[in-house]
Amino acid sequence: MIEISHVNKWYTPSFQVLTDCTTSVTKGEVVVVCGPSGSGKSTLIKCVNALEPFQSGDISVDGTKVNDPKTNLPKLRSRVGMVFQHFELFPHLKIIDNLCLAQEKVLNRSRDKAMAKGMQLLERVGLKEQAQKFPANLSGGQQQRVAIARALAMDPIVMLFDEPTSALDPEMVSEVLDVMVDLAHEGMTMMVVTHEMGFARKVANRVIFMDRGEIVEDAAKEDFFGKPRSDRAQKFLSKILSH
Amino acid sequence: MFGNLDFDVIRRALPYLFFEGMTFTLTLTGLAALGGLVFGTALALMRLSGFKILGRIAGVYVDFMRSLPLVLVIFWFYFLVPYIGQWVTGASRPISVGAFASSLITFIMFEAAYFSEIMRAGIQSISRGQPAAASALGLTYGQTMRYVVLPQAFRNMLPVLITQTIVLFQDTSLVYVLSITDFLGAASKVAQRDGRLVEMYLFAAVVYFTISCIASYAVRRLQARIAIVR
Repeated sequence: MIEISHVNKWYTPSFQVLTDCTTSVTKGEVVVVCGPSGSGKSTLIKCVNALEPFQSGDISVDGTKVNDPKTNLPKLRSRVGMVFQHFELFPHLKIIDNLCLAQEKVLNRSRDKAMAKGMQLLERVGLKEQAQKFPANLSGGQQQRVAIARALAMDPIVMLFDEPTSALDPEMVSEVLDVMVDLAHEGMTMMVVTHEMGFARKVANRVIFMDRGEIVEDAAKEDFFGKPRSDRAQKFLSKILSH
Repeated sequence: MFGNLDFDVIRRALPYLFFEGMTFTLTLTGLAALGGLVFGTALALMRLSGFKILGRIAGVYVDFMRSLPLVLVIFWFYFLVPYIGQWVTGASRPISVGAFASSLITFIMFEAAYFSEIMRAGIQSISRGQPAAASALGLTYGQTMRYVVLPQAFRNMLPVLITQTIVLFQDTSLVYVLSITDFLGAASKVAQRDGRLVEMYLFAAVVYFTISCIASYAVRRLQARIAIVR
C-alpha cells in the first residue's frame, strides 16, 4: 500500500533530516513509528502524502508515485486520511461542516449525502450531539475524534496519524486511542507516529524505530518489544517503559 | 461669536447634501472598499505565492502606491486614464471615462495596496497546519485559500479592514480636485453659492466626525465580540 524506498531529505547538505529511509506498509497492516523527538518520524509520515518534499528516493501509495511531478496530488491526498497532532479542525466551520467540506468540494458528493455520511461518522466517534457546535467549544479529545471522523469521511484507503495524542491532556488520550483501536480491528491500513506503546502492543503489526533521521529498527511487534536488536532502541524502550 | 451665522442655510441644503453628496460618497466608499479588498487580496496572494516574479510585481506595486500622495494619484489618473484607454483599445482619440469611473478606479487601485498588506498579515496569522490539513483532505490550492484560509484571515482582520474603510470614507473627499459632487463637494458648492463658508464647512466636519466616530465605536464592539468567539 505504501512503499518508501531510500528516501533522503535535507534542508542544507549538513542538515540531514531523513537518511536513506526504506520501509513499507501492506494492506490492512498497522505500523507504529516511534523514536525520540527530532528523529524525523513526523517528517517521514508527512512525506507519504507529500506535505513535505524530499530530495531523493521514492514513495508510492497504492501504486501512485508521490514524488512524480505528474501525479495529481490533491486526488492522491483525498484517498489518504491524515490526523495531525494539533487536530487542525477548521475553526470557522461547524463540526458537521468540517466533515462535509472536502466531501462536497473534492468528491463532489451532494450536500445530503455528505451530511448523512458526516452524521454517521460523528455517531461512530460518539459526537453526534456536537454536530452544530464550533471546534472551539469541544475538548481536545473530542476535537481529535472529529478530526479522525473528518479523515474517514473521505473513505481513505490508508490512514496516517501524526502524534495524534501528544497534544492531549492525559485523561483524553484513551478516548482517541479507543477510536483508533476500533479502526485497526476493522482492518484499516494505518501508519501511526506515536509514543503510546500500549497502543502499539495492542494493535500494531510492526514497529519502526527511528533515530536521527534513520530507520534503526523495523521489526514485528513481538520482536521489537521482546528483544530489540539495536542499542538505541533498547535505551529508548527502557526509558519510556520504566514508568 | 455665532451672531452673524445663518444655520438655516444647512437645513435648506440638506436634501442636496445627503441625496446627492452623501449618496455619492457612500457609493464610492463602498465600491472602492469592495474592489480594493478583492484586488488587494489578489496582491497578497501573489506576494505569498512563492513565485518570485509574481511576488516582486505585487511588492513593487504596493510600495509604489504607498509612496504617492493620494491626491496626486487621483489627479494623474483622471488625466491619464483616457489616454491609457486609447492605447489599450487602439481608438483614434482619448476614451472619455467620466469623473466617477476614474475616481472609482483610482481608489480601488490605491486602496488595494493598503488592503493587500492587511490581508497579507491576516493570511500569515493562520497557522500553517490549517492549509496542511486542507491539502491533506485533497483540496486544491485554490480551494484551500477560498474555503479555509481566506475566510479565517478575513474574519481575523475584519476590524482593521473596517478601520481602513473609515479612512477611505474620509479620503473620498479628495475627489474635490475633480470637481465631483461628493458630500464635501456638495457642501462646498452650497457654501460658495450662498457665501456661507463657515457654516457649511463646520457642518461637513461634524457629519464626517459623527459617522467616523460611530463606525469606530462599532469596530471596537466587533473586536470584543470576535475576541470571545475565537
